[in-house]
Amino acid sequence: MTVVIYVPKDASALSLGAGAVAQAIREQAQARGVDVTVKRNGSYGLFWLEPLVEVETQSGRQAYGPVTVADVPGLFAAGFLQGATHPLHLGVTQEIVYLKQQQRLTFARVGIIEPANLDSYLAHGGYRGLRRALQMSSAEIVQTVIESGLRGRGGAAFPTGIKWQTVLDAPATQKYVTCNADEGDSGTYADRMLMEGDPFTLIEGMTIAAVAVGATQGYIYLRVEYPHAHHTLNEAIASARAAGYLGDDVLGSGKRFNLEVRLGAGAYICGEETSMLESLEGKRGEVRVRPPLPAIKGLFGMPTIVNNVISLASVPIILDKGAEHYRNFGTGKSRGTLPIQLAGNLKRCGLVELAFGVSLRTLLYDYAGGSATGRPLRAVQIGGPLGAYVPEAQFDTPLDYEALTAIGALLGHGGIVAFDDTVDMAHMARYAMEFCAAESCGKCTPCRIGSTRGVEVIDRIINDAINREQNLLLLDDLCETMTHGSLCGLGGMTTIPVQSALKYFKQDFVRKRAGS
Amino acid sequence: MIVKVNNIIARLRDQPGPLLLVLHAIQDEFGYIPADVVPLVATGLNLSRAEVHGVVTFYHYFRRSPPGRHVVQLCRAESCQAMQAGVLEAHIKQRLNLEFHQTTADGKFSLEPVYCLGNCACSPAVMIDGELHGRLSPARFDELLTQCESDR
Repeated sequence: MTVVIYVPKDASALSLGAGAVAQAIREQAQARGVDVTVKRNGSYGLFWLEPLVEVETQSGRQAYGPVTVADVPGLFAAGFLQGATHPLHLGVTQEIVYLKQQQRLTFARVGIIEPANLDSYLAHGGYRGLRRALQMSSAEIVQTVIESGLRGRGGAAFPTGIKWQTVLDAPATQKYVTCNADEGDSGTYADRMLMEGDPFTLIEGMTIAAVAVGATQGYIYLRVEYPHAHHTLNEAIASARAAGYLGDDVLGSGKRFNLEVRLGAGAYICGEETSMLESLEGKRGEVRVRPPLPAIKGLFGMPTIVNNVISLASVPIILDKGAEHYRNFGTGKSRGTLPIQLAGNLKRCGLVELAFGVSLRTLLYDYAGGSATGRPLRAVQIGGPLGAYVPEAQFDTPLDYEALTAIGALLGHGGIVAFDDTVDMAHMARYAMEFCAAESCGKCTPCRIGSTRGVEVIDRIINDAINREQNLLLLDDLCETMTHGSLCGLGGMTTIPVQSALKYFKQDFVRKRAGS
Repeated sequence: MIVKVNNIIARLRDQPGPLLLVLHAIQDEFGYIPADVVPLVATGLNLSRAEVHGVVTFYHYFRRSPPGRHVVQLCRAESCQAMQAGVLEAHIKQRLNLEFHQTTADGKFSLEPVYCLGNCACSPAVMIDGELHGRLSPARFDELLTQCESDR
């Protein structure tokens, strides 16, 4: 009888050698004359344990990790095919505390299933949401999403159902559903993990959106830096089409929905929705002036849903289990769960999906175990390069939209990048301006010019002690212009990391440096 | 080259908003977007040269000169910086004797900065010839470099 072994093909796991480990397991099995089937799953998101290898046994899936090629002969010798103990043995995967304590709704299947295998998806509850939706009216589907309390997980946190309602109500001969998979924020990788680990969930979510608003064509705008996700999505779309889940007659409902992946080309700004639409149209990714909203005049001038990967991937479970089930997670106006991504200088980086409301401290110390370097944590940046730097004194803040807004921070896409006490916050503030200058689309002056002037003035603050106070005033003034005068969040929010760094870590800007 | 470019245009011109699709296909074919193809693409898609040039130069991913045989892309974003990407950057620049956006005189290596490879749980990250590497130390980079050098 064959023994089933799982080795992830998630890009991060591959970056740590999972491909070579899978090959070594096949070779070792052949050399020993044992029958094994190596299946490739997504990652559970326990990245300090990757490559995490699982063996299917009568007592469940037994995990071993982190496994290197050199460990493979020893694992066979120890009897890992029977789930035997070994220094790398972690027990049953679902019992690993980091994973067990989570509330996985959107990521329920990631790691467990074979990503682009439709049968594997169906065996784990896949497409139940779409089947339910096809029995409902458009208005009922939209109402369900509104009642779930789901807000856009890309960063803007706009209620997803309200956006759908606007598209539903807009009369048009053609409507579109687009997925923003241009996950460019540093510290975020949830979209990538989902697309690589459970692509059908996204496809199902988009199909439900299309059925709800009467769209017949969908696009996933994927960043070119994600080749593995590209491959997996294309594979999954092809099997969904072949099995009648996409195409001219979705599951015999008479409804048409076709879906295509379009690649970006390395422009951070294309994660801004109107810039993404321009790019999908084959143009420079320059932001559009709003109004009109994309929901009224979006792609090719037609009503268009633009949602983030995680927003769309949360829709199937809402339709399957009901709005009530989803909204029972969370707190206040932040309903449901949030896939939090722990990144940077942390001992146990990984994906933690929990109901809104967990504190930063719990995440940084209980889950992540503090810094990777063993030094004290000094700051975290939440929500990507446009997010605030938060000092240790604020680590008790709960993660929900309102609580973060109250301390001048934002949740963004849920990425948390941690820094130890060696970080130079003046350097990070300068970097924020430098990044904005590199990635500005150039359409509006405060962002295009202001970011370059920002780099210069921060340099002067750091290096010129005599005129420092004047330059600090100038920086304040510049930040105000950028915040209020920019067309979109890039110029408008670059000031958030700059000003939070200055507010909480001013000593880094004014200390004497070598050479100054 | 003209035949190949015209075939690409003919294959994709009826897609909605085809310019990025065409440019991706051209870069996949030649490794970069040669200046000579801009007028061909403009004529083929009924756009002005300025529009095509504007799009080519807007996106960081599109190259206007041939890449080295091995392309090293180093992530410069915050998560990698928190894990000593700055030290790795200095090491790589010194080993390759290159600054960002440069290619070695022998055409062997190109060095490019990227802003996030989505491997933030395993920082610092580098992509070499399309293959992603996580938690990359300077020593491990040297090993990978030796592999690249022995390939060709």
